[in-house]
Amino acid sequence: MESFRGQALSWTLKNGVVELALHREPCNEIGSLTLDELEQFVANLDSFNNQAHALIIYSEMKPGFCAGADLRELFYRSQESAPREAVAGVRAYLERIHRVLNTIDASPLTTIAATHGVTFGGGFELALVCDLIIADKMTRFCFPELRLGLIPGFGGIPRLKRDLGNAVVRDLLLTGRSFNATKLQQAGLVSQIVGEGESLRVARATAAQLGKFDRRTAVAAKKFIKPIPYEELQREIDIFCDLFVQPAVEVGLRRFVESEDAQPYLP
Amino acid sequence: MTAPDETLEQILNLAANHFKVPREKLTPDEDFFKTLGIDSLQALDLLTRLEHHFRVELPDYELQGVSDFRTLANRIQTRL
Repeated sequence: MESFRGQALSWTLKNGVVELALHREPCNEIGSLTLDELEQFVANLDSFNNQAHALIIYSEMKPGFCAGADLRELFYRSQESAPREAVAGVRAYLERIHRVLNTIDASPLTTIAATHGVTFGGGFELALVCDLIIADKMTRFCFPELRLGLIPGFGGIPRLKRDLGNAVVRDLLLTGRSFNATKLQQAGLVSQIVGEGESLRVARATAAQLGKFDRRTAVAAKKFIKPIPYEELQREIDIFCDLFVQPAVEVGLRRFVESEDAQPYLP
Repeated sequence: MTAPDETLEQILNLAANHFKVPREKLTPDEDFFKTLGIDSLQALDLLTRLEHHFRVELPDYELQGVSDFRTLANRIQTRL
């Protein structure tokens, strides 16, 4: 399918570049709807390999690239069932999103996240599966999960460890503070910083440049340089599920979901 | 180093300009969430603009509970 328009995302294939646009209100929170459509997307990914050389992931929503997992859906679903069933549901959801993200991570296409604004939690993890991050200077990256009594669950820690020094990973994870794009370019994660509203344009220009290279060589180079930490990714799911049954998580999620504070992301 | 009053004035001008609020409506001790009519995501946007403008790092937790321009200026001043 060369193009698709869903409720949470859309994709098109044009001039050898697949563009995956996120457009779920308010800031592309990843719940079951987005996951269903992401699964449809990766089911089509193989079919792009002979027609495309690059994939760009971007957001059409003004506040940012993606605010992460849909915490309201996570909280209310977990309230509907007994703890053991709730954690089984969380595990099934995590295994599905990991399959999606691992597929994008391993794709032969060269992948670019074109980010702006809020790039938090699962949104940051979506950017981390891409080969390059091209960030609008207003992008803000954060792993706020410890504020909820959790760790990132969409592969964030293993992929950060793959790309960054451990001290930066600890800072992001253990403080839960957000970093601007300049800070993460200095750390080595962000490929290019561009002006406000320019990340998609620059990502397209970069994708056009990538199209000049021999595909077989580009695929071999990516496979050589970008190992996928499958064992750690599985371990992350186990730790997340162990933590999910702790009382602190329900308290943290409830506080977030019910908060009318102007700064609900700050506990 | 920027003087404290100058830091405060620069913040007020930046906020007025970006959020399109008349500068004269902004005062140092008012709740800027109410005056600017901003939510948490827009507050993050303001945080990033302030980091760029003053070339400092402002960890979110240092701004926890800060809702007036004067306190915000004082927090930024400690990093200049």
